[in-house]
Amino acid sequence: MMAFIIRRFIQSLVVLLFTSVIVFLGVYAIGDPIEILVPADATQAEIAQAVHSLGLDLPLYQQYLKFLGNALHGDLGTSFVFNQPSIQLILQRLPATLELACVALLLSLVIGLPLGLLAGLKPDSTFDRVVMTGSILGFSLPNFWQGIMLVLIFSVTLGWLPSTGRGPVGEIFGITTGLASWEGIKHLILPALNLALFKIALIVRLTRSGVRETMPLDYVRFARAKGLRESRVILVHVLKNIMIPIVTVVGMEFGSLIAFATVTETIFAWPGVGKLIIDSIMKLDRPVVVAYLLIVVTLFIVLNLVVDIIYSLLDPRVRLGGAS
Amino acid sequence: MKAALLQRINRDTTFGQAVYGVLESRMACIAGIVCVLLLLIAAFAPWLSPQNPYDLASLSILDGRLSPGEAGIDGNIYWAGTDGQGRDMLSAMMYGLRTSIGVGLLSGLFAMAVGTTLGLIAGYFGGWIDTLIMRVVDLMLGFPTILVALMLLAIMGQGVDKVILALVIVQWAYFARAVRATAVVERRKEYMEAALCLGLSHRRALFSQLLPNCIPPVIVIALIQIANAIAAEATLSFLGIGLPVTEPSLGLLIANGYQQMFAGHYWISVFPGLLLLILVFSMNIVGDRLREALNPRLQK
Repeated sequence: MMAFIIRRFIQSLVVLLFTSVIVFLGVYAIGDPIEILVPADATQAEIAQAVHSLGLDLPLYQQYLKFLGNALHGDLGTSFVFNQPSIQLILQRLPATLELACVALLLSLVIGLPLGLLAGLKPDSTFDRVVMTGSILGFSLPNFWQGIMLVLIFSVTLGWLPSTGRGPVGEIFGITTGLASWEGIKHLILPALNLALFKIALIVRLTRSGVRETMPLDYVRFARAKGLRESRVILVHVLKNIMIPIVTVVGMEFGSLIAFATVTETIFAWPGVGKLIIDSIMKLDRPVVVAYLLIVVTLFIVLNLVVDIIYSLLDPRVRLGGAS
Repeated sequence: MKAALLQRINRDTTFGQAVYGVLESRMACIAGIVCVLLLLIAAFAPWLSPQNPYDLASLSILDGRLSPGEAGIDGNIYWAGTDGQGRDMLSAMMYGLRTSIGVGLLSGLFAMAVGTTLGLIAGYFGGWIDTLIMRVVDLMLGFPTILVALMLLAIMGQGVDKVILALVIVQWAYFARAVRATAVVERRKEYMEAALCLGLSHRRALFSQLLPNCIPPVIVIALIQIANAIAAEATLSFLGIGLPVTEPSLGLLIANGYQQMFAGHYWISVFPGLLLLILVFSMNIVGDRLREALNPRLQK
């Protein structure tokens, strides 16, 4: 077990280092931020001064080593545009994105699980067909267009919900969140729904196929034979078993929610990291792009690692397979 | 008539099974027809569209922001309305469809070529080659498509070729994983043993013996990945880091229309989006049907 964790940990570090090289090289070797950062009428001397102060005149490998050394001290460069440490910029905006992703994840579980369960219990019924077609629709709806439609329907036409910004934030148990006031919740509904829809479709499908595979198994028949009530058989025996893959997927999908938040945040002007990264790509604000990519990749690697470890605890076959 | 048609299909071939599977379900049938129609519209857009939307000489600013069904200054009726520059949205959508499908097809097919080859090699040779390829596959699949594409485009910049390259990089792993899984099973069958006993070169054994038997999963994944590629390209273009404005795909049309939506000009954004939805949805329906029809475990 320990060997498995250590090996996966080393693997993760290698991936992270590798990503840092690619990101650094790619972002620093292509595109020239100087053109954007100095005024158009700057003299040659002013440009040289700017290049020097940003450290852009050093050889590439030196820039990388300096970057890596700084990164290990928690310094991922200073934003060209905001003139603030890029890591600080990202950490300031991360809570908004995390809040959005958590609410979306919760929504997708609350909506997706019951639908998938009911559809799986009655395969090929009308309800099942509607839910399954609906889930394909959920997969097919381009995330951004679906968001636009939500805005068009609920904000522009009906005027029920706000379409931009995060609204007022308050504190619950010391966490700053928009959930503290009704106004904040109203701002959260559309973006969270937008982000959740794809995951709802995914969880519906997973739950349904899980139920369909589990129902004919011997232990379910045994539970019934013991005379347990059908609701107990389904809610305790069946659900418990199909939760294992669902929890795994949910863990992995949390990362993809943060990635997809770029789209949602762009549509709803949500002040999170997703909007920041898109703006930074447009403005060639390279330190912010690099910092974002590294932080998100790290987040992913940690998530994958945690999921792998939990999975190996739940299912010994994974662990043994890894050791051979 | 349909029953008679179904009977005549030879279900021994993969192709026959696929056609049978689609025809069997009415929904998949309709979706399949829609796919073919959209493909034809995309292919013949320059001849079918009422106007060349990017020929500035034929645009009149006086026709700007006409709502659907309104007549323009020269008496033409714009069934899907016009955008801010007086461009016929119907024509713009046809051209947009052309770009979207073109990018989707190209990246899907390239990804298929790369992924299938690597998957075959991994399944055929096994050992360290297999381990190496599958490690990379696992790594790629561990990250969401949109994040990797975003990262690549942030590095490479905008452009049609760059979007296609980014999509190939994020999609080949899906093909490799599926093909490798089939190849590992097929590899142990007698015909492969026979092929090796005959002394066929690795290349011939791979491509003329193993490959044809690994095709069914590739068809399904190709269809779904092309749909995904179209949706991903639209998303990237919407974010402004995908295709350049000179080659507007459906995603870019939607993005342009989004600015106008708050002023009540809903059609500029809604119609291209509907078209995109219909395209991706019908491809997914057919793909879903094929997956069931070609899955040996579900065969009746």
